[in-house]
Amino acid sequence: MDFLRPRGLAEALAIRARRPDAVPIRGGTDLMVELNFDRGRPGALLDLGRLDELDGWDRDGDTIRVGAGLPYQRIVAELATALPALAMASRTVGSPQIRNRGTVGGNLGSASPAGDAHPPLLVSDASIEVASVRGARRIPATEFYQGVKRSALAADELIVAVHLPAAAGPQQFAKVGTRNAMVIAVCSLALALDPATERVRVALGSAAPTPRRCAEAERFLTAELADRRWWTVGTPVSEPVLRRFGALVAAAAAPIDDVRGTADYRRRALAVLARRTATWSLREYRQGGRTCA
Amino acid sequence: MTVNGTERVVDDVWAGESLLYVLRERAGLPGSKNACEQGECGSCTVYLDGAPVCACLVAAGQAAGRQVRTVEGLCDGDALDVVQQAFLAAGAVQCGFCTPGLIVAAHDLLARNPAPDDATIREALSGNLCRCTGYEKILDAVRLAAARRAGREVAR
Repeated sequence: MDFLRPRGLAEALAIRARRPDAVPIRGGTDLMVELNFDRGRPGALLDLGRLDELDGWDRDGDTIRVGAGLPYQRIVAELATALPALAMASRTVGSPQIRNRGTVGGNLGSASPAGDAHPPLLVSDASIEVASVRGARRIPATEFYQGVKRSALAADELIVAVHLPAAAGPQQFAKVGTRNAMVIAVCSLALALDPATERVRVALGSAAPTPRRCAEAERFLTAELADRRWWTVGTPVSEPVLRRFGALVAAAAAPIDDVRGTADYRRRALAVLARRTATWSLREYRQGGRTCA
Repeated sequence: MTVNGTERVVDDVWAGESLLYVLRERAGLPGSKNACEQGECGSCTVYLDGAPVCACLVAAGQAAGRQVRTVEGLCDGDALDVVQQAFLAAGAVQCGFCTPGLIVAAHDLLARNPAPDDATIREALSGNLCRCTGYEKILDAVRLAAARRAGREVAR
């Protein structure tokens, strides 16, 4: 096994094209477990740890570009106001030690349905910037996830950054696990209110082969808010409406029974998370201020 | 890489081995412990470029040219760090296996937040497991270390 240590993105992309057996590593929080337990033995490790191009984040107007190698800890510390759902999700990843190493780029590269960053990226209409020796392209988050641990990333591409708009309205992320820290999601959910378009966006994680948006539920609550002139007048949204919203989110899931929970439990929990996060977000928009999962 | 302030060169490193293996088996620093090998238990916690990480999840090659500080590097000669002393004084050490990782995590917490509340302490130590379940005394030790650090600052 080789350890390949490119000094810049161009060199990394050249290696990526030449060595299909090389597996990219940055934080290592997924990949090193595989190696430690001898579950896989790639031909080479492609260390992305020295690529400045993946570092940091910047803001251009309303759009924020998060480098694929930015550790979760820095998202929590620096982007909680601009990207509330992603920051809340980052806050639930592993432990402080894991958050100091793990990255959104790694979450995307693994494309596990349980990755915490995915639902926030989906409700933010994020796009994923990827590059190869053939050039760069942007993949909408809604098209990135293609199956369990399968993504639209081509074999010669590397994930460079994520682009997403700064939040224009309330956002929430909620996750169910067996305890508060160090858990892989049994199920998770992100919700965003967009005052500019007067739309609701909601996405679920760890309850289908891929993280996914819940289109029916979005249409339903968006229409209910419009009917009530909620955005301008603020007519309260009734409990039955919120319950219906929760039921539609649960219906968008396609969960399985596994070691972390049953399919039935996941559907039920998603309905609760949807109702709860909607309640918090609607209240936050009307009252200002912020509540946090 | 630089370990506890000293430049170290290690040979014959396999590309897939961890920083933890290098520290324990090649650099003669067995303070960081090897247990879960999946980032769950925190017993291998070390500073990498100033941030606490699980050494078992860092590929050895990724540490090349970086600064590593292990539990052995917290003391000043024979003088233990205030966090180490507090763990002894509070009886926060039972079998001792989780102690090095907890001490590095607590050391980092107090460097960032000299007066943490209990929820903050629990959160900061959430990635470190103690199978003896001596958590109450571990919390006592962190509170004691915080108080002693504060006293030392005042004394200056």
